[in-house]
Amino acid sequence: MAKAPLTTPEERVALFQQLFSDSIPHNKALGMKVLAVARGIASMQLDWRPELVGNPELGVLAGGPLTAMLDSCCGMAVATMLKDPKPFATLDLRIDYARPATPGEPVIAEAECYRLTRSVAFTRAFAHQGDPKDPVAAAAGTFMLGTKGEVTRPQAVGRELLK
Amino acid sequence: MSSGLMKRLATARKTGNVAGLAEAIPYAKWMQIAPENGTGELLTRMRYHGSLIGNTFLPAIHGGTLGAMLEMTAIFHLLWETEAESVPKIVNITVDYLRSAGPRDVIAAAKVTKQGRRMVNVFAEAWQDDRSRPVASASAHFLVTSADEPPVL
Repeated sequence: MAKAPLTTPEERVALFQQLFSDSIPHNKALGMKVLAVARGIASMQLDWRPELVGNPELGVLAGGPLTAMLDSCCGMAVATMLKDPKPFATLDLRIDYARPATPGEPVIAEAECYRLTRSVAFTRAFAHQGDPKDPVAAAAGTFMLGTKGEVTRPQAVGRELLK
Repeated sequence: MSSGLMKRLATARKTGNVAGLAEAIPYAKWMQIAPENGTGELLTRMRYHGSLIGNTFLPAIHGGTLGAMLEMTAIFHLLWETEAESVPKIVNITVDYLRSAGPRDVIAAAKVTKQGRRMVNVFAEAWQDDRSRPVASASAHFLVTSADEPPVL
């Protein structure tokens, strides 16, 4: 990609939206929106939809869509850290469900990759509905770096971000 | 939580057909995750469809969907195999990703590691072609309510 560098936050968000949501079938199916991205930091939004409900009587989101969003958001934070792109994959992911998500309202995930070693990236994330001090869920994810396969386009984006 | 689900559970117990449980959960339907007990063992299957993909290059199923189906596996197990009087509330889950999952069905089974009065620990494991080569496993805590106690969370 010899395209112009990512000079504005809007350009960054648009590129990450394309790479981490629009071109990843499951994230696209969930309608994940990239809100913000910077080195080591990623934020995404998941809108409430009836198909994503786990409890039809209360309309509360199932745990699954939150798990998928937190996994993706942590993975995106890892990608922003990789100066030398390599394939990576989630090694483990812990989710604490702090409270049920309020029906009808979007959920926002904010992830941080706080440590990168040669083989492992450490991340943590919170999901909330507007007030970060009132989280819906908390996550801790580790990612194995240099897994099999070739580097995918999303995994290689860190190089552009770090130019 | 859901009395509709508990009604379906009662029906499923009568007919012996567990698959109907998934019908009461919109997300399970959307994801095509459903329990089955054709072999005598309660298993949960996530049918492969294109929107499960997380890595188009390999291709591999999105890790989030594996976590989601393991969570559903644990819930179906608790509903079917224990004397649950309400839908268990998940407190937390830790998912270990063991292998990449290809574009095929994923099957999972769960077992209760510890049943307490208020808290249950469940272990669940998912595989594709070969059960001895799991693609992911999870352990999760659920709050369960007994008749004499109000829900805590």
